[in-house]
Amino acid sequence: MPFGNTHNQLKMNYTAEQEYPDLSKHNNHMAKVLTLEMYANLRDKQTPSGFTVDDVIQTGVDNPGHPFIMTVGCVAGDEETYEVFKELLDPIIEDRHGGYKPTDKHKTDLNPDNLQGGDDLDPNYVLSSRVRTGRSIRGFCLPPHCSRGERRGIESLSVEALGALDGDLKGKYYALKDMTEEEQQQLIDDHFLFDKPVSPLLLASGMARDWPDGRGIWHNDNKTFLVWVNEEDHLRVISMQKGGNMKEVFNRFCTGLTKIEELFKEKGHEFMWNEHLGYVLTCPSNLGTGLRGGVHVKLPNVSKHEKFGEILKRLRLQKRGTGGVDTAAVGGVFDISNADRLGFSEVELVQMVVDGVKLLVEMEKRLEAGQSIDDLMPEQK
Amino acid sequence: MLDHGSRSQGQAGRQTWVMTWHLRGRGLAIRSASNPISWEDRQLHSQTVCFLTQPTVTEETLQMASSFAKMMSSRTTGLLMASLGAGAVATGYLLSDSAAISAEQRRKLYPPSADFPDLRKHNNCMASALTPAIYAKLRDRITPNNWTLDQCIQTGVDNPGHPFIKTVGMVAGDEESYEVFAEIFDPVIKDRHNGYDPKTMKHPTDLDASKIHSGVFDDHYVLSSRVRTGRSIRGLSLPPACSRSERREVERVTVQALAGLKGDLSGRYYSLTEMSEAEQQRLIDEHFLFDKPVSPLLTASGMARDWPDARGIWHNNEKTFLIWINEEDHTRVISMEKGGNMKRVFERFCRGLKQVETLIQERGWEFMWNEHLGYVLTCPSNLGTGLRAGVHVRLPKLSKDPRFGKILDNLRLQKRGTGGVDTAAVGDTFDISNLDRLGKSEVELVQLVIDGVNYLVECEKRLEKGQDIKIPAPIQHFKK
Repeated sequence: MPFGNTHNQLKMNYTAEQEYPDLSKHNNHMAKVLTLEMYANLRDKQTPSGFTVDDVIQTGVDNPGHPFIMTVGCVAGDEETYEVFKELLDPIIEDRHGGYKPTDKHKTDLNPDNLQGGDDLDPNYVLSSRVRTGRSIRGFCLPPHCSRGERRGIESLSVEALGALDGDLKGKYYALKDMTEEEQQQLIDDHFLFDKPVSPLLLASGMARDWPDGRGIWHNDNKTFLVWVNEEDHLRVISMQKGGNMKEVFNRFCTGLTKIEELFKEKGHEFMWNEHLGYVLTCPSNLGTGLRGGVHVKLPNVSKHEKFGEILKRLRLQKRGTGGVDTAAVGGVFDISNADRLGFSEVELVQMVVDGVKLLVEMEKRLEAGQSIDDLMPEQK
Repeated sequence: MLDHGSRSQGQAGRQTWVMTWHLRGRGLAIRSASNPISWEDRQLHSQTVCFLTQPTVTEETLQMASSFAKMMSSRTTGLLMASLGAGAVATGYLLSDSAAISAEQRRKLYPPSADFPDLRKHNNCMASALTPAIYAKLRDRITPNNWTLDQCIQTGVDNPGHPFIKTVGMVAGDEESYEVFAEIFDPVIKDRHNGYDPKTMKHPTDLDASKIHSGVFDDHYVLSSRVRTGRSIRGLSLPPACSRSERREVERVTVQALAGLKGDLSGRYYSLTEMSEAEQQRLIDEHFLFDKPVSPLLTASGMARDWPDARGIWHNNEKTFLIWINEEDHTRVISMEKGGNMKRVFERFCRGLKQVETLIQERGWEFMWNEHLGYVLTCPSNLGTGLRAGVHVRLPKLSKDPRFGKILDNLRLQKRGTGGVDTAAVGDTFDISNLDRLGKSEVELVQLVIDGVNYLVECEKRLEKGQDIKIPAPIQHFKK
């Protein structure tokens, strides 16, 4: 369902100049790319489900951005958005994903055996390990655009598929709107519960409509494999556990994802994927693998080192506070994860995290002992 | 109703009132997609949808609606559709391949029952009135501007409401919304406006300020007086729906008209996008500046899109006549001054409104208005007059009297804190204004406020002298 009347084709009675958004104070990828000419070319197009360029850019128009942080400023309403509005999205993808070209191919590799090491990160420093990604179900509109019927369809398909998981993946679904007080408190204590988004970046895209209808959380009995249904994407899949055994986390991640994909296929559904963009998700920043693999790690000394930022950059890693994106680190504990999503496979990205974190922990130990880390400085990956 | 003062101070929590009005004699725009399995046919096939033939909203219908909604959440959509007898459609849904599904096909795959919102935890006028039957009838209709029922009700679905406060829960996207979706707007208007019947009743418009009497209050008690309303420009979509160019057109038309005001009404426009820091600070200090809405009731309707593009404030040099452009409505018009001369405030209000109307008419535009709805605005609660006339008044003794609430009720007045709606009174100063908007004219409502405030001040004086006060007889809602 379009948000606002952005799909209104009667606005074609006005000229492109009259409709073109005022982006003079904006600082996001969309604003950098969308010229009046491009807008004029795209404004009369829509995807088969009726998503228009104004629907794509609304969140970027409503949120001028931040002088220091470059947000994306657009979303997809369905799989076809990336095709119909190529002219706009390709340059944004290229800018956001390190020069990824419209002709590039993305490799998908979810074979956990290809990961080297990763089972021996020092648990004295690495407190927890986690890998997350997203998946979209082909044939359905994405959260900014889906109707209630579609959203419920996604929920029931997902619940059925997840219900068939067994072994250490066996678990239970908690619909947001049917949750009891106790269940809610338990999920909060486990740090599993997601709530209605408050970020205007998300709200402006229309993905929070009808909250909490069709939304829920599924997790296995061991609480190491978690799926969010109908939050920012159709599915967000998370594998996590305490300690530094990233290999085990990634193993479970790949096994779980592969099983879920099979179960969907049995029902005649598949995930949105193509060889150029990899897995297709709502936000262009999550294309490719949609994968963020990371750890919570104690780096009180390294983080104060003048070259910390440079080290992370060379390792292709990013830091966040342990509250997640936009939070500050507490007590020297950082969330360190891969910076890339597209153009590298899942195995490659998790490998970067494993190798990079190992190096950072070594650096931390050196600095603790008062030694230099100059010989440990990495090359740019 | 949102008080100007409260909005400029950034207060959250706006009550959106819903009212609808049924327009006669105008065509409905019905989506022309042909549907091989008609909704009516499906009804005949299935027990699950038999209740959809209920013609009226009854307790039973509401209960069935809620159990239906429960069923929706516990069964797969595919199963439900199979039970509707839409075999081919259900199959198509379950085995949908990777080919893109057109919007038309999507409509067939998802019958209205699949999209009916879950309103079990909701407490707003829309949720009280919307049944699966009404939803099924209206879901696939569009207004001439492509506005749909789902877009009207989105704010009410997203905001379940408060157990004590009944919000309205829907908005119009254009003038035609009130007609195209009359089946839902009509019961909502009755609910919100004391049983006012859109089909049979006419709303009186009267902006002749000379009819006002006793309109000057005792300054010792009344600190300020204010009248506000809204106006929409006919032919342009309303804030939830408008495109950027329509919104800019509203701004252009209005600013051009306001530039023609003279004498005590002459003034200046301050566009939100171009305002300097100094201008912004001054407007904040004077409690004139409105900001991007934060209330989810408003943002969920889509009226804050593209902020602050084409939004602005105009005020006269004397700062007694103020227009907001493209906030919740195309225009909000405010007349105000310190002290108790409500008559003068209303006189300026009427004069200013009429002059603005003349100026836009000179260029071929007009306000949205009709004899049943009065002035058409975004939120149905503001239909009719859209008028809130009020004062800031000190009532230290009366406000502590247990009869205060009942006195206000009978006088058809409401109290708010001086920060506006949802604020508490500071000291003993209250914002007192009319409750009603539709069914009485502007003159009647302002006179009602004047008479009421005079009565309250009388009570206060009597209590000061140790004398007793009486609860007045309740005022009739509509002229019969």
